[in-house]
Parts: sequence; C-alpha cells; structure tokens
Amino acid sequence: MINNSLKELSAALAAKKISSRELTQAFLDRIAQLNPVLNAFITVDAEKSLAQADAADKRIGQGQAGPLTGIPIAQKDIFCAKGWRTTCGSKILANFTAPYDAQVIERFDAAGAVNLGKTNMDEFAMGSSNETSHFGPVKNPWDPLAVPGGSSGGSAAAVAARLAPAATGTDTGGSIRQPAALTGISGIKPTYGVVSRYGMIAFASSLDQGGPMAKSAEDCALLLNTMAGFDTRDSTSLDRPPEDYTRDLAQPLKGLKIGLPKEYFAEGLAPDVAQAVETALAEYKKLGAQTVEVSLPNTQLSIPVYYVLAPAEASSNLSRYDGVRYGYRAPEYTDLMDMYKKTRAQGFGAEVKRRILIGTYVLSAGYYDAYYLKAQKLRRLIAQDFTEAFKQCDVIMGPTAPTTAFNLGEKSDDPVSMYLSDIYTIAVNLAGLPGMSIPAGFGANGRPVGLQIIGNYFAEAKMLNVAHQYQLATDWHLRAPQVV
Amino acid sequence: MSLTEADVKRMAHLARIEIEEQEVAPMLAQLSNIMGLVEQMQAVNTDGVAPMAHAQDLSLRLREDRVTEQDQHAAFQALAPQVEAGLYLVPKVIE
Repeated sequence: MINNSLKELSAALAAKKISSRELTQAFLDRIAQLNPVLNAFITVDAEKSLAQADAADKRIGQGQAGPLTGIPIAQKDIFCAKGWRTTCGSKILANFTAPYDAQVIERFDAAGAVNLGKTNMDEFAMGSSNETSHFGPVKNPWDPLAVPGGSSGGSAAAVAARLAPAATGTDTGGSIRQPAALTGISGIKPTYGVVSRYGMIAFASSLDQGGPMAKSAEDCALLLNTMAGFDTRDSTSLDRPPEDYTRDLAQPLKGLKIGLPKEYFAEGLAPDVAQAVETALAEYKKLGAQTVEVSLPNTQLSIPVYYVLAPAEASSNLSRYDGVRYGYRAPEYTDLMDMYKKTRAQGFGAEVKRRILIGTYVLSAGYYDAYYLKAQKLRRLIAQDFTEAFKQCDVIMGPTAPTTAFNLGEKSDDPVSMYLSDIYTIAVNLAGLPGMSIPAGFGANGRPVGLQIIGNYFAEAKMLNVAHQYQLATDWHLRAPQVV
Repeated sequence: MSLTEADVKRMAHLARIEIEEQEVAPMLAQLSNIMGLVEQMQAVNTDGVAPMAHAQDLSLRLREDRVTEQDQHAAFQALAPQVEAGLYLVPKVIE
C-alpha cells in the first residue's frame, strides 16, 4: 500500500477496501517509526489528521468523494494551516500557530485530503540541503550520509521513504526540483502565478511558487489539479480558466522535439549524472522524440542575478519578524531598537542573516541601480534565452542538479559552493517558467539522478505527459530506498 | 567594489540584526564571497534592456472599495509576545 499511486489509493478508498482512517494511521505509524532517523517532519498531529480522515470516510460513504478525498498529504511547513504549528524551519516561528489557512491548504481541505503533518525545510526556504533548518537536517532515505536536497527536503524525504503518499513543496530557485532529483521522486514547479502564494510564507515573492512532490508524474498531475487556481488574495495570481492537468497524460510522444541546452551539458556536470541523463534521452528517442541542440547563453549569470533579487526581496519580506506581533521575542533587551536587534539576531539562523544582509546591501542608497536594477535587466535576458530556445523545441531537458546528493556537512561551510549546485534550476524561476524533475536512474554512488523537464509558459499538462510516458516505459520512479 | 567591516556593521544596523564584534570578520568574508559572485553581472552590457520584475509583467488588479475582512484582532493578538487592552506592547519609545 505504501507504494501505491494516488489513483490506486483512491480506488481502494472508493471500494471500501481500506478507510481513510486506516490509511492515515498506517502512514502515521511509519512516521513514528522512521522519522526519528530521517527528521522529515517538524510537526505531526495524529488527532487532527485522524479527524480529517474520519470526515473523509463520511464523505466517501455519502458518495461525494473526489480524487484526493481521504488521501493523506504531507505539507511543507511553509504553508500556514489553521491551528497547526507553522515554523518555516525557523526559530523565529518555532511557536507560531497559524491563525488561517494558505489557499493551497484550503483547496486540499475542500478536496477532502488529510493533512498528514508539516515537513522539515531549510529555514525560510533558504538552502539547497535542508541543513539550515532550525529543527535539524533531514537525512536522505537512500543514504543517511547524504543530504536530501532543499529547501523542500522534508517533503522529498517523506515521499521517497514512503512516509507519505505525496507532499507539497515550494520552489524559489529549485527547491522542489533539486530535492526531488536527490531523493528519486517526481516534482513540478508550475508557471509562476498558477498556484496561489496566499498563506505560503514569503521568501522571494517574484520567484516563489508552490507545487506537488510525489512518486510519479501522474500523481503530480492529480495534485496540481487541486493546488492550482486563481486567488484574489495573491496579487500575482493568474486569472485563468481551470485546467485538467491529467488530460494529456496518455498522448504518445512521437514527433516531440526536445531541446538540449549545450550549457547544461558542459563543464561542472558530473559524468555519472551526464550518463544517466543520456540514457534517459535515448529512451525518449525510442518513444519517438527527436533532440535538438539549443543554447541558453546567459545560464552562468542566473546565479549572480538570483543572489541579488532573492536576498533583496527576502530582506524586505523578513522585516515583518520584529518580535512585536507574532513569533519569537528576545527575553532581555534595553530598548525598542535593542529588542528588534536581539530578537532577529537570536531568531534567525546564519544563512538567513547572510541573505538579509546581502539584500539590505544591494537595496541600500547608491547601490540600487548597480545591483537590483542590473539584475532585473539581466533577468529579462535570461527569460529571452528561453523564448528563443522554445522556437526550436517543445520541451527542454537536462540534468536537474550537477551531481547526485552530496554529503551532510560537505557544503554547509561554503555558501557559494552550495549556491552553485542550483545552476540548472534557478534560471527557470527567473523566467517564471514551469520546471519538473523526474527520477532517471542512479549515480556511481547509488544515489538518485533527476532529469529536468522545462516547459514553455503554461505547458504543465504537456510536461506531465512527457514525464508520464517515460514513466510508463521505465521503472526508476517505482524504486524505493531500503529504509530501516 | 569591495565590502568593508563598516559596511557589514551598517547593513546589520539597517536590517536590525545585532552583530557581535567577533562575528564581523567572518561575516565580511562570507558576504565578500557572495558579492564576488554577484559582480559577474557587471561584465554584461544591459543598455536598453527593460528591467523585468515579474515573469508575466502583470499590472496590479483593482477591486471594489468595500469591507471584505472580518475583525479577527483577538485571534491575531493571541499570537503576540505581549498584548494589553487590545494593544501590542513594546519597550517605551518616548520619555
């Protein structure tokens, strides 16, 4: 059962082979057993989850079930869920109980899904290894010495280790795709504006986007059907007609044109990752696809641009943590200024402080044009690279990350080397495009490799189709780690 | 342009984050590395390129001017570190 797809679980629930309570309890038991090792969840509340499961069972009994009714889903601890502790991986929110629901949570609740608990993450989603969490690092279920990636590392580890049938993530620079790749699961970051940011704790608002993380593309499509939707409470939410993201899953791939950016297969790509990606591309050719070389000449610039824009937006967004209205307040201080400074010095971790200071610097008087405005101009050039590339192809493919999962501690003392591990994912956020990662085998060390699929704006259904057809022909997405 | 310890202290003050004297040098080293990465941007000519703020270049929506929110101050203030009589308490700012 822990390996079943969402469709299979839904069918079992509908046929009364299992109740939502039994299903939820089974996953809660796995969490109780394995979370002490993996640290994938920050908060579990069995009573709340089981109450939702009972409500779902009632709904199923009344014949009013939807595709996700009764299915437990782990929520990244960046989504506010009313009555649930919501920490964003930070000490400053360690005792914060959300007084309202994120739109994503509202939509899962309305669909009758069960909130299985809140997953661990890099503090304020700032990290690529889950090591910046105030609640400790997450272990990669494939190898306890390895990081699970970040920032949605808890969600990725939970799905990979089968502690949850599916989970949510958010992706500002790769935070769904890179952990999906490093733990051998599937995840999609939709086009910017498709999933509401309301109640999703802000990091870099012009880049942040929520999305599903699951065992397969088909599961991701079902989850995205629930997550996507216009929301007046998010100023950049896009008012578009609802889509059925499963509609094209069965389409054959004959004639599909896959663009391969030469910059994604250049220096810095580990040979074992390159090998796995080549093998996946060969499989796509067997399925009738053709490949064409494309160029994204400004790829190298995406990291510098990101490390201006994201910290700038973060420094503004995180100014709300002042020890006055909610969250942590330092126990001792002399005056108001001292209270702000001590609260924030004690409440934020090292990576968050670095980014706030960088953001403050690039936005400070006299430097705005040289950094922030310059970065916004380069952002347009980066987006135009993709526009040009999509004139020659339907989707772009390449590695999700340059290496398989690195070891815990390997990069945590060197922020810049950590940042460089997001080289293939960041440009997609800057352009606002949808991006996906699916499992495509294993590296020399036995750790998973992710294949990245990048689509044009609003091409999610196409990308899910492209991923699903590959998953019908291969079984990488069915491999599960041997967790104790 | 290179960062100095004075810059680090100034940013920490502007960002309202206390920084101990012994933290300044290591922070300067880390921030300088990051800014070294950022400086790569200056190599590219961006004359005539329009800055891009959002992927879809949206304009902000307007809505009807009417009350849409309910009063939830009791629920929200229940989360605050210090509240009295419906007010948030902070250290005295006016003598």
